[in-house]
Amino acid sequence: MNENLFTPFTIPMMLGIPITTLIIMFPTMLFPTPNQLINNRMITIQQWLTKLTSKQLMNTHNPKGQTWSLMFISLFLFITSTNLLGMLPHSFTPTAQLSMNLGMAIPLWAGTVVMGFRNKTKISLAHLLPLGTPTFLIPMLVMIETISLFIQPLALAVRLTANITASHLLLHLIGSATLALVNISLFTALITFTILTLLTILEFAVALIQAYVFTLLVSLYLQDNT
Amino acid sequence: MASIVCVFLHSFSVPLKDKKLLEVKLGELPSWILMRDFTPKGIAGAFQRGYYRYYNKYINVKKGSIAGLSMVLAAYMLFNYCRSYKELKHERLRKYH
Repeated sequence: MNENLFTPFTIPMMLGIPITTLIIMFPTMLFPTPNQLINNRMITIQQWLTKLTSKQLMNTHNPKGQTWSLMFISLFLFITSTNLLGMLPHSFTPTAQLSMNLGMAIPLWAGTVVMGFRNKTKISLAHLLPLGTPTFLIPMLVMIETISLFIQPLALAVRLTANITASHLLLHLIGSATLALVNISLFTALITFTILTLLTILEFAVALIQAYVFTLLVSLYLQDNT
Repeated sequence: MASIVCVFLHSFSVPLKDKKLLEVKLGELPSWILMRDFTPKGIAGAFQRGYYRYYNKYINVKKGSIAGLSMVLAAYMLFNYCRSYKELKHERLRKYH
């Protein structure tokens, strides 16, 4: 039981070769490219959803910030599809690995910060000091704001990892508890119901993607629009 | 007249390399398998052909249904089950583990 808890999170191997790359590339098969003006149903639905989310995501940016829309939409689609595929039984979720989330968070965050510093140096440095602080508090506050700036990529990555890992673990635990309780008592009905509700709430992994991209969006927003 | 019949009879026999799998006789199967293209380009071509065959049959149709997508997801689930069978077989229902 102790070893079984974390085996879904080990690197998937097949005949001794890690196939993580293949599993990461699997969601690409589920998003075909539109070829015509009017496509088949799957592509139409995906196009409609993409348009909806991209409008929602990018309408608060000025034209310079909207050049990032392709990046944001592909990030969003990747994380959504990976998390939703991880809801299938026995599947491996790449976004539950901290290494991968750090690899996504740090370059993107660094890109926004560097862009802000290059284009609007004074304004982005001025962000380090909130408005209207007493004079004697300024040095300490600048340090605090710098630390909070550097924590941003770490927070992005760890947020996603911890959420996905914790929810998967919880489902495993509650599911095995249900099976163990079947022979003992009929509180299992209650517990199965808990699993059901947890699963539904977990489908809001999509909401987590919203959180991810929105946080990223907020930092870019701050840099570009002042 | 005889030459025309000869040519006609020869056009019935397709070279082994170009035969489809269902037309290969059982005795010729090993040599057919060995004659396939196993270069990376050949394997990529095989995957591409397989993908488009499935796509054009189930998804790229006028009234596609949820079955096209769910077959893919079911196959993915089965693949993952087979991959993790070694750890899963300890979780069978028995009295003493």
